[in-house]
Amino acid sequence: MILSDIIAQQLVNGLVLGSVYALAALGYTMIFGVIKLLNFAHGDIYMVGGFVGFMILSAISSLVGEGWIGIFCAMFLSMLAVGCFGVLIERLAYHPMLSAPRLSILITALAVSLVLQNAVLALTGGEHTAFRTDLGFDGVELGTLFITYNQIILVASAAALMIALEVFVAHTRYGRAMRAVAVDKDMCRLMGINVETIIGVTFFIGSALAAAAGTMAGAYYGSIWYFMGFLIGIKAFTAAVIGGIGSIPGAMLGGLMLGLLEAFGTQIPGIGSEWKDVFSFSVLILVLVFKPTGILGKSEQERM
Amino acid sequence: MSATLLSIEALSLSFAGNKVLNCVDFTVSRNAIASLIGPNGAGKTSLFNCMTGFYQPQRGTISFDGHDMIGRKPHVIAALGIARTFQNLRLFREMTVLENVMSGMHCRSEAGALAAIFATAAQQAEEREIADFTKHCLAFAGVAEAEWNRRATTLAYGEQRRVEIARALATKPQLLLLDEPAAGLNTAEKDELITLIRRIRDEIGISVLLIEHNTALVMDVSERISVLDHGEMIAEGTPEDIQENPRVIEAYLGEAGEEMAL
Amino acid sequence: MATALRRAGHLVLRFSRGPCSPFMRRAGVAIILAFMALAPFVLHSYGIVILTNALLYIILALGLNIVVGYAGLLDLGYAAFFAVGAYTVGILTLNFTVDFWLTLPVAVFNAALAGVIIGGPTLRLRSDYLAIVTLGFGEIVRLCARNLSITGKATGLTGIEQPWIFGWHIDTPRDFYYVFCVLTVMAVIVSTRLAKSRLGRAWLYVRHDEDVAEAMGINRTTVKLQAYVIGAIFASIGGAFFAVNLGAISPQSFSFSQSVIILMAVILGGMGKIPGVILGALIVILGPELLRDIGQLRLLVFAIGLLAIMLFRPGGIWPGRI
Repeated sequence: MILSDIIAQQLVNGLVLGSVYALAALGYTMIFGVIKLLNFAHGDIYMVGGFVGFMILSAISSLVGEGWIGIFCAMFLSMLAVGCFGVLIERLAYHPMLSAPRLSILITALAVSLVLQNAVLALTGGEHTAFRTDLGFDGVELGTLFITYNQIILVASAAALMIALEVFVAHTRYGRAMRAVAVDKDMCRLMGINVETIIGVTFFIGSALAAAAGTMAGAYYGSIWYFMGFLIGIKAFTAAVIGGIGSIPGAMLGGLMLGLLEAFGTQIPGIGSEWKDVFSFSVLILVLVFKPTGILGKSEQERM
Repeated sequence: MSATLLSIEALSLSFAGNKVLNCVDFTVSRNAIASLIGPNGAGKTSLFNCMTGFYQPQRGTISFDGHDMIGRKPHVIAALGIARTFQNLRLFREMTVLENVMSGMHCRSEAGALAAIFATAAQQAEEREIADFTKHCLAFAGVAEAEWNRRATTLAYGEQRRVEIARALATKPQLLLLDEPAAGLNTAEKDELITLIRRIRDEIGISVLLIEHNTALVMDVSERISVLDHGEMIAEGTPEDIQENPRVIEAYLGEAGEEMAL
Repeated sequence: MATALRRAGHLVLRFSRGPCSPFMRRAGVAIILAFMALAPFVLHSYGIVILTNALLYIILALGLNIVVGYAGLLDLGYAAFFAVGAYTVGILTLNFTVDFWLTLPVAVFNAALAGVIIGGPTLRLRSDYLAIVTLGFGEIVRLCARNLSITGKATGLTGIEQPWIFGWHIDTPRDFYYVFCVLTVMAVIVSTRLAKSRLGRAWLYVRHDEDVAEAMGINRTTVKLQAYVIGAIFASIGGAFFAVNLGAISPQSFSFSQSVIILMAVILGGMGKIPGVILGALIVILGPELLRDIGQLRLLVFAIGLLAIMLFRPGGIWPGRI
């Protein structure tokens, strides 16, 4: 294979990976925006989304088949269910902690993450579950480059979801309120915005996007397991930080960049795929140390 | 040793384009009791935060006792001799009064982890010294001994203010910044505060600079008064000068004009 | 029944909360030490192994308690320092045939160095960023151990020799039990002394209000770094003795769930409180032994416990303020 082919192929791989990261990163960044909480459980919400999507698909596959149409139906229902689940977690676990010290709420988030992970571990016995679909391996050939339809559909649907989110945040009442809550909660209360509702909406959307990513990734890679949210959680966070945490376009950008970085990083001689995660974690640490505000994040003097 | 302890020249600070302080000149002399007054939002606390290293001004110089203070971290500034209290009480809420005041001694002691692990004689002696000086500061600030082992937030409001002053004194400062020390105090407590401020200067020789809204207290206790309005220093002088200064009266009209007229 | 329980609860409360007299406290300590000394004579060898394991976790939890409980820094990659200690000893004794007691200072040095390298640049960050950086660091260390040939890749290192001291070969479970007893007592003493020192107070100030602590002249970054490095040293010493006790180490022992279990021990019992942390470590290690049936549910039970503690009793099981 010549160099340009490798580059093009890794570009495609990076885009696919990056779309998943970006969808998951959006939830991180939105939740961080409104309640300044690093939701450790977000990766596990993604995992739960994958499992719920899988169960729904198994239940409805006789009606809609196991192709992309079926997957989209399952994804949509999984988004609804997991979105509500996210709201429930916020109300039960995070809401009582919002005024507690930051350490307490961080540990609470970690606890939620561990409960989800280990509950699914207990239910599945820790085995990989095959995510059975009848997606083929057809695709289009562009010269020597081969792109599967699955890759095209996955990237396109991720893009569609992100555009929908952007429209929602920029042009609806709830979107405006969400941005306002991110800036100043107390002022929003004075202005008659129901802050609790907005936090709920944010958790719903963030969790739903993670569920969408979980279902699509599960279908695409063909297998799901209880621990799949762990790595995605860290990587989505990395993506959110690269883009600038709190910034929605930043999360999209960061996700794509991390996907591409990983795809190309593993091509560097000496960095095999077993070093892929070390590579991403190092990127995370370097970004946090040298540019903690990310690419699109605002840096400002902290006011006391 | 020059007579000026703290001198600020052409200090400007802005947040995201909003000018908070604009070309402020300001001095505090040694052994002085001075006040900084001005309407709400004039930038008084921001000026304190610049002096103590919490905000980094964009332009200007701050020199204290011969040291250039720009760019220094708050803990370095505390060690160099500027101590402060906070506008809304900021005691370590879960800790006792004694523990709170001990925090001030941190920069005046040096035992490290190894000394503590081996409980060396020097470390033990230093711990006793910390305990003694802490009690001395509390007694000086007039906090009743019965309160010393109580949790800081269980104290009455006026007591908590005194604990904050004791905590600042425990850093053995040369300059003490008090941010609205009389807020929320009753008349008797205000009188005690005035006495305490005078004793801090007269008996320990610490210069005191206060931000205060209570005009009567400011006029009573201060030797020099500076007036900040919209981030600019509009007047400086003795209490008598300030009371008659037309720009000051104008700045205060509508907010505290009546109070000034007293 | 209920009244009896309540009365017992009151007794425990009064004893633990103090102010109990110095005599009472000394008597309590003496009783505990006597129990520790006599335990191997009544227990089966399996019981001794479990108890040794519990002591190891007490040491690790006391170390992490300095980071989380005292300084308020959430460290999710604490097992990394445990790994640094264990692998330093493993590699040096196996590949370079260095005596165990000489590798110990190297293990401590390596862990401290790792602590400075990771903590130095990141301790300035927001506390939640720090949590994720430490998590990333923990994974990097584990993955390195998995992928490098010097650490034996996925199988790890085997045949690590048990040490001698003054002509005594520490090789039976009972020997190791006593070694860990000594280490635990030392860890408790060091923790207690640090907590009552100038540095210990500084950790609390920084945890409660960083800005005010700074205004009082406390350099928050170095104070936090000291907590982080001291915590790392506890872990590396635990790791070093863990390696010689088992004779074999592999990357599985240093996974994220290892870090989580140690963190659970700290929080369940009551972070910042030494008896609480000891209790937490005992619960985390002895609990699953008492309830053998729970098997895979072990972590789920603890995770739910952790969540419940955070929501209903953030100070932990042990009574008293943090």
